[in-house]
Amino acid sequence: MKNIQVRVNGHPVAREIPDHRLLVDFLRYDLGLTGTKEGCSVGVCGACTVLLNGQPVSSCLALAVMADGGEVTTIEGLAEGDRLHPLQQAFIDYGGFQCGVCTPGQIMASKALLDANPHPTPAQIKEWMMGNLCRCTGYYKIIEAIQAAAAEKTEP
Amino acid sequence: MNAFTYIEPATIEEALATLVRHGEEAKLIAGGTGLVNLMKQRLVNPGCVVSLRRLAGLADVNLDDGKNLLIGALCTHRTLESSPIVREHAPLLAEAARRVATIRIRTMATLGGAVVHADPNQDLPPALIALDARVKLRSPKGEREVPIDQFFTGYYETVTQPDEIVTGIAIPPSARTTGSAYLKFLPQTADDYATVSVAARVALNNGTIADARVALGAAASTPLHARVVEDALRGQAPTRKTLEQAAALVGAIVDPIADFRGSVPYKRDMAIVFVRRALGDAIAAAGGAVI
Ligand SMILES: Cc1cc2nc3c(=O)[nH]c(=O)nc-3n(C[C@H](O)[C@H](O)[C@H](O)COP(=O)(O)OP(=O)(O)OC[C@H]3O[C@@H](n4cnc5c(N)ncnc54)[C@H](O)[C@@H]3O)c2cc1C
Ligand code: FES
Ligand code: FES
Repeated sequence: MKNIQVRVNGHPVAREIPDHRLLVDFLRYDLGLTGTKEGCSVGVCGACTVLLNGQPVSSCLALAVMADGGEVTTIEGLAEGDRLHPLQQAFIDYGGFQCGVCTPGQIMASKALLDANPHPTPAQIKEWMMGNLCRCTGYYKIIEAIQAAAAEKTEP
Repeated sequence: MNAFTYIEPATIEEALATLVRHGEEAKLIAGGTGLVNLMKQRLVNPGCVVSLRRLAGLADVNLDDGKNLLIGALCTHRTLESSPIVREHAPLLAEAARRVATIRIRTMATLGGAVVHADPNQDLPPALIALDARVKLRSPKGEREVPIDQFFTGYYETVTQPDEIVTGIAIPPSARTTGSAYLKFLPQTADDYATVSVAARVALNNGTIADARVALGAAASTPLHARVVEDALRGQAPTRKTLEQAAALVGAIVDPIADFRGSVPYKRDMAIVFVRRALGDAIAAAGGAVI
């Protein structure tokens, strides 16, 4: 067992966890932050995407002990009170949000993209987002939502 | 995944001592993208996982006095693709890193992990072979350097000893009239491993090929250094015919496996096609033209 301290969505969290705890399990089962989903468990689908020290990572491949001293942002950390994050609002407005399985990962990956590149081209959006799978073929809606959030457009 | 003890040494000396203390029970972890998947499948079951993440200095990128590019083992693929020094002095490596998997993997996976993981389908090893890279290793006995094309010994196997840590990679400077290209053939999805990949680097001198490097991924049980192709190019004018004949020689040395990406004959043919294209692109990048 190890004691770890992590800032999760801006709040300091201290927990004792088994050394081999995965970050996705730490978030979901130890902290109850079930917004982060587990799909493939092997780093391919993007459902488990969270930001670790600002970078998008697959939390299904990360050891929770390796987040010790760091900062984790999950989908639960984006809204401010009742006000959704512009990306969350854009995913709803533009139909990018069709199910709760892939969307948290899509939005966290989009957040990392706009943090790194506030005005991406459609080609840059596609290249960045290609690892976040959506099985409803909502890809064009997702791209539109990200473009709208980047342009700070609110209505379709 | 089986339980293990996680240890996070603060210095490289401490890390080496930890490896000695735990012997075969210990496994190093850097980004974890290779090791965690292997542990989940219970293909690797270490009693103790030793993290490199606190080791200061192992993530640096520098040029030394001799203009060798020195890259620390903990540099992520994301750093390799975006670092201005890497892009200027080893654009081939930056391009290969950019083609690896997805952004989520590239932010985690490291250079050291990429070479020690030693899956022959990976992208960085062929680029490193074409760049004449040397792997720097450190053990309690001292340091050594291994040319990258002598580093890989088989599927998931390298010369790295259980008490050794890869500290980084050194890449010698290229002549000014050198061009390179990395081609990753991806007929399935953009985040897949290559069906075949080719790294090529060509130095031109007064319109002839002074020297060439060609290496392939996904073409054998280890990354493949195609010396026969290089020998056929040295001293030749870059004609279409020369490139075609040199590329055809790779057909005799590739030894791919049949899988959902293609049959053995298909992969052999694609290796020939992509060697020829990569050579043409490298010659163009060197400021030359195929005549
Ligand atoms: C979904 C997915 C897709 C992928 N797609 C691609 C792709 O398209 N192209 C590609 O090239 N690769 C791909 N990979 C493989 C990826 O490149 C490797 O997993 C990665 O490079 C390993 O680096 P790491 O830092 O995560 O290593 P780790 O997982 O931490 O370690 C891997 C191995 O290297 C050892 N090791 C790590 N660092 C050192 C060191 N400094 N000294 C000694 N030993 C060390 C570890 O003990 C372990 O055996 C993919 C991986 C995943 C999960
Ligand atoms: S569950 Fe982590 S990438 Fe699919
Ligand atoms: S919206 Fe979630 S899988 Fe398509």
